Amino acid sequence: MTEAARRAAERAARDSYGRLLAFLAARTRDVAGAEDALADAFASALASWPEQGVPANPDAWLLTVARRRQTDALRRRATSKAGEARIQLMTEELEAAGASPEAIPDRRLALMFACAHPEIEAGMRAPLILQTILGLTAIDIAAAFLIPPAAMGQRLVRAKARIKDAAIPFAIPEREELAERLDAVLDAIYAAYAKGWTEIGDTAAERLADEAIWLGKLVVSLLPDEPEAKGMLALMLYAEARRGARRDGTGAYVPLERQDIDLWDEARILAAETLLREANQGGPTGRYQIEAAIQSAHVARLVTGRPNWDAVVALYDVLLGLTQSPVALLNRAAALVEIDGAEAALASLDAIANDKRMADYQPYWAARGHLCARAGRKDEAHEALTLAIGLATDEAVRHYLIGQRAKLQDG
Amino acid sequence: MRYMMIIHHDAEAMAKAPQRELWAEYAAFNEALNKAGEGFSGGQRLSPGKEGTIVRASGGKTDVLDGPYADTREQLAGYFFIDVPGIEQAVEWASRCPSSKYGAVEIRPIVEQTAR
Repeated sequence: MTEAARRAAERAARDSYGRLLAFLAARTRDVAGAEDALADAFASALASWPEQGVPANPDAWLLTVARRRQTDALRRRATSKAGEARIQLMTEELEAAGASPEAIPDRRLALMFACAHPEIEAGMRAPLILQTILGLTAIDIAAAFLIPPAAMGQRLVRAKARIKDAAIPFAIPEREELAERLDAVLDAIYAAYAKGWTEIGDTAAERLADEAIWLGKLVVSLLPDEPEAKGMLALMLYAEARRGARRDGTGAYVPLERQDIDLWDEARILAAETLLREANQGGPTGRYQIEAAIQSAHVARLVTGRPNWDAVVALYDVLLGLTQSPVALLNRAAALVEIDGAEAALASLDAIANDKRMADYQPYWAARGHLCARAGRKDEAHEALTLAIGLATDEAVRHYLIGQRAKLQDG
Repeated sequence: MRYMMIIHHDAEAMAKAPQRELWAEYAAFNEALNKAGEGFSGGQRLSPGKEGTIVRASGGKTDVLDGPYADTREQLAGYFFIDVPGIEQAVEWASRCPSSKYGAVEIRPIVEQTAR
C-alpha cells in the first residue's frame, strides 16, 4: 500500500471512530466507557474480519458490538428502574442506527463542544478533541505537545471524568451562546495546529498539523454557515502553504519576507483565499478571519512583489481592538517598521515593554532586537538579540539570530 | 513550581561540539535565565564526574572512593533552577538549554516544605 493509500484508509477508519465514539458517548456522557466499548469492537473486528470477511457495513457491525459492550457495562452498574428504562431507550436507538447506518447521527460536533466546554481546563481541550474525535493515543498526543506521556495520560483521564461528573452536555449550543462556545472549539483546534507548526522537521508535529486541518475541515462541513470556522481553516491553510519555505536547503531559518515564493503551495493559498472570501461576505466578524486576512495581505507578494504593509498594519489595529493581545501588538510593530520606520515601531512597543509575560517571550526579544538594529541602536539590539538567542528553542532560529547579532559588529 | 534542572552530558558528543559556539550559546542562555525573574538561577558547571569523590559512611566505617559515581555514558555535568507554572514551561526551558543537544536535561520538581 502506498503512503497515500495507507493514510486514506486510516482517515476512513478515523472518520468512523469519531462518529461512533460521539454517538456512543452522547447518551451516557461516559467518554471513557464509550472508548472502552469501541476499543473492544475494533479488537473483535481485527480478530474476525480477516476470517469472515469485511461486513457489508463495517460501521453498523462495529456499532453493534460496541453497543453490546456498553449496555452490558451499564447493566452491571445501574439497577434502578430508571436505569433500565434508559438502557432500553438507548438499545432501541442503537438498534435503529445499526439497521440503517446512514442514519447514525453525526454527533462529533456535539462531542467537540463537550470537550471544549468551559468546565474543561483550557490546555486540555485540544488533547481531548484529538483523542475522542481522531482516536489519537495519549502517547502520540504527549509527543506532539511535548509533555511527559504519563502526565498527559492522567490529564486525559481527569478531563473525561470531568465531562461525566460535571454533567457537561453533549449538545450544540443555542444561537446566542454559539459564537463564544465555538471560539473555544476553534481555539483548541488552532492550538493543536500551532503545536504542529512550531516544531519543524518533527514527524509527530507535522502529523498534528495535518490532523488539525482535518478537524478544521470537519467543523466547516458541520457548521457551513459559521464564518469564524472558515476563517480559522483559511488561516491554517495559509500557514501550511508556507511550511516548506521556512528553511533553506541547508536547514537555515528564512524569515517570511525573504521566503522564496516558488516554494509556497499555491493550491493551498487559493483554497485559503476562497474560504476567506466566503467567510467575509458579511464583513469579518472574528479574530480568525482577521488573522487570515493578514496572511492574505502577506501573500499579496505573490502578485505584486511586495506585501501590502498598510493593510497588514490596519488589520492588526482591528485585531488589537478585538483581543488586546501583546502578540498582536508585537506583530503590528514588525509591520509598522516598513511604513513609519524603526523608531515609530519601537515606540509602539512601549505599551508592553514592562509586561512581565514578555520577560521570557522569545518572539518579543527577537522583534525588539531587529527593530533596535534597524534604528541603529546597537547596544540595545545586542542585548535583546542575546536574550532572544538564550530563549530560542529552535536550533535554526538560534543560528539565524546569532548571525544577526554578529552583523551588528560588522555594520 | 520550582524545578531543579539537572544536566547530563554525553562526553563523546560534548568533545565533538563546536566549543566557541556552545559557550556563546550558554552565555545567552544564562543571560535569559538571569533576566527571567525570581526563582531562576543561572547554571553552575561541574568538573567531570571522574574528578569527583564518593563518600559512604555506614556501619561505623567511612569509605572514600574516586569518582565517577555512576559508570554511565552520560554524566552529571551541571544544574540550574527555574520557577514556572508547570511541566510545559519546564520542558521549554530544558529545550532552550544548549546542553540538551549534547546529552539530556532532567527536570525534577523541588518538593515544597509543608507547614506543620
